Amino acid sequence: MKNILKSTIAASALLAAAGAAQAEGKLAIYHWFEYIPQELLDKFAAEHDVEIVMDTYDSNEALLASLKAGAMGTYDVAVPGDYMVKIMAGEGLLDTIGEGELSNKGNIAPKWADPAFDPGRRHSIPYQWGSTSFMVNRDVYQGDINTTDILFNPPAELSGKINMLDSQGEVLAMASLHMGIPQCSTDREQLKALNDMLQEAKQHWASFNSDTAKEVLVSGDVAVGQIYDGFGAKARAEGANVEYAFPTQGYVVWMDNVVLLKDAPNRENALKFMDFLLEPENIAAVSNYARYGAGVTGAGEHMDPELATQPESNPPETAGAGVFIEVCDQQTQEVYDRIWTALKK
Amino acid sequence: MAGGAAGGGGTQGDTYKEARTWLLLPTWVTLSILVLVPVLLMLVYSFLTKEFRGGVIWEFTFAAYDQFFCDRGLFGDEPCSIEWTYLNIFWRSIWQAGLATILSLVIGFPTAYFIATRPARVRPLWVFLITIPYWVNLLIRTVSMRFMLREEGPLNNFLVWSGIADAPLQMINTNFAVQIGLFYSYLPFMVLPIYAAVERYNFSLSEAAADLYASKWTTLRRIVLPAVRPGVIAGCILVFVPSLGAFLAPDLLGGAKNFMIGSLIEEQFKGNAGNWPFGAAASMILLSMVLVILMIYARQQARAGGEER
Repeated sequence: MKNILKSTIAASALLAAAGAAQAEGKLAIYHWFEYIPQELLDKFAAEHDVEIVMDTYDSNEALLASLKAGAMGTYDVAVPGDYMVKIMAGEGLLDTIGEGELSNKGNIAPKWADPAFDPGRRHSIPYQWGSTSFMVNRDVYQGDINTTDILFNPPAELSGKINMLDSQGEVLAMASLHMGIPQCSTDREQLKALNDMLQEAKQHWASFNSDTAKEVLVSGDVAVGQIYDGFGAKARAEGANVEYAFPTQGYVVWMDNVVLLKDAPNRENALKFMDFLLEPENIAAVSNYARYGAGVTGAGEHMDPELATQPESNPPETAGAGVFIEVCDQQTQEVYDRIWTALKK
Repeated sequence: MAGGAAGGGGTQGDTYKEARTWLLLPTWVTLSILVLVPVLLMLVYSFLTKEFRGGVIWEFTFAAYDQFFCDRGLFGDEPCSIEWTYLNIFWRSIWQAGLATILSLVIGFPTAYFIATRPARVRPLWVFLITIPYWVNLLIRTVSMRFMLREEGPLNNFLVWSGIADAPLQMINTNFAVQIGLFYSYLPFMVLPIYAAVERYNFSLSEAAADLYASKWTTLRRIVLPAVRPGVIAGCILVFVPSLGAFLAPDLLGGAKNFMIGSLIEEQFKGNAGNWPFGAAASMILLSMVLVILMIYARQQARAGGEER
């Protein structure tokens, strides 16, 4: 018995040693929760003989807080949203990708090759992009849903049955679109009006919830829910009679990006990973899993056909413009922070 | 412990005394690393200048406390008037936690009494039954409570089926749901200390009271309750304090429409605000409140101990 135990320990020690010796290097990813298929990670690990470690976060702000609280030097890559790329670059948290360091950089779709949040793609590559709007349960409401009034000035049958995302950026950007004012307004009258409008609108809201944004729509707890397009497509696929709205006032567009972090312990592998995700076939696998768009030329051919035609990804003619969430300066941001606190006080 | 050492022989006592310092060292190290240092860090941070989007600048300021108590208008340039926002958030949390404590006491005391009066053989089984649900993670229990309370959930189905309610009641995303969630989360913390106290209670005292023509109610009020009071107070503190900082129940069951202390602090670190000194200041204010409660408890205990002697 003792011998069996001994040899088992020896064998597992050997295996562990072999495992460590086998992988040539490491790659530490800091990623959103449930946002990359495991098979894709395995594929990269096998192709490049790399051991992958992945930790997850649940919001852009949580990512920033964790990195600023001392996680720099732990991870090689992270996946911040558009405005957060700009903030992180401003904070000096990102490394610059040198000219010619990414052999697949040319694969980036022209539309996404020079975005305002990272001019010239000096720190990032596209990961997934989509929109944030809201869905309406068509069993409850049959009228026109392509207006932000549904969220902020809803008809009687929807009042009290609305879930908002518990996210300052998404809620305030949508509210600004509803009022037709800039996202980083410094006009006091506009800001006061925004504050008043939100206080009024809150009377109609049932809850603020991001994690369960899909679930509350599927279960019928609410009839209207602010939601991301891919998440919404999943809600519809799960059988809810819900429709994604593209308001005439506009809607929020976002793009998540893979960034190279400063002090990356495995910089080489991080670049290999970015090149890997710029292969149309690989990034299409992410799209098929997450149900969002990819920013890589030729990825469409490898995607599920229904992904291209799903209503959540195809704004109608009447849709307003899609806008990114903007980054305000400190003084302006503090006013928006106060408006948000006042909304949830 | 001191009594034990004094009871030994002279030399032995000295040996213990010397050894005791060393034996307690791990406790002190653990306490300082896990309690003292983090709290001091928080205290220091609450007096530092906030860095935009998280982090601190090492310059001393009262800004965080000013923000807590001073309302300077939407644009931050008006003279200071009392800021009710955060006081209201604190008051709401205290109110919710207090209500949850009372509810737990009302249900928990009879439960504990019931268990303690069963035959000694089956008592462990009852205690075991009380604790079983708490082997499951708090998050999962709270989400399950969502399913129970929702419009088409089992509770509403039962109410409608039995005719108690005509139509499903709106229970989810209300303060009622938060109450249920808090109560359910922390009930055993009430039951177990009271059970421990009642089990030690000498029931012949109750018999003596009955022999002297005390009614059952009088016996409970004047004999049982004073005897088990330490257990009741411990139970109340164990329910009240975690309820005060809870954010799972308010978020998942209350719809997160209103900040509670816990979610307000979380937002300062993980949310858009990124205001670490303010989060630290709010934590310090919460901590001081809890400390005051515990000090009142400690003094009461000391007084009760003095009476016994």
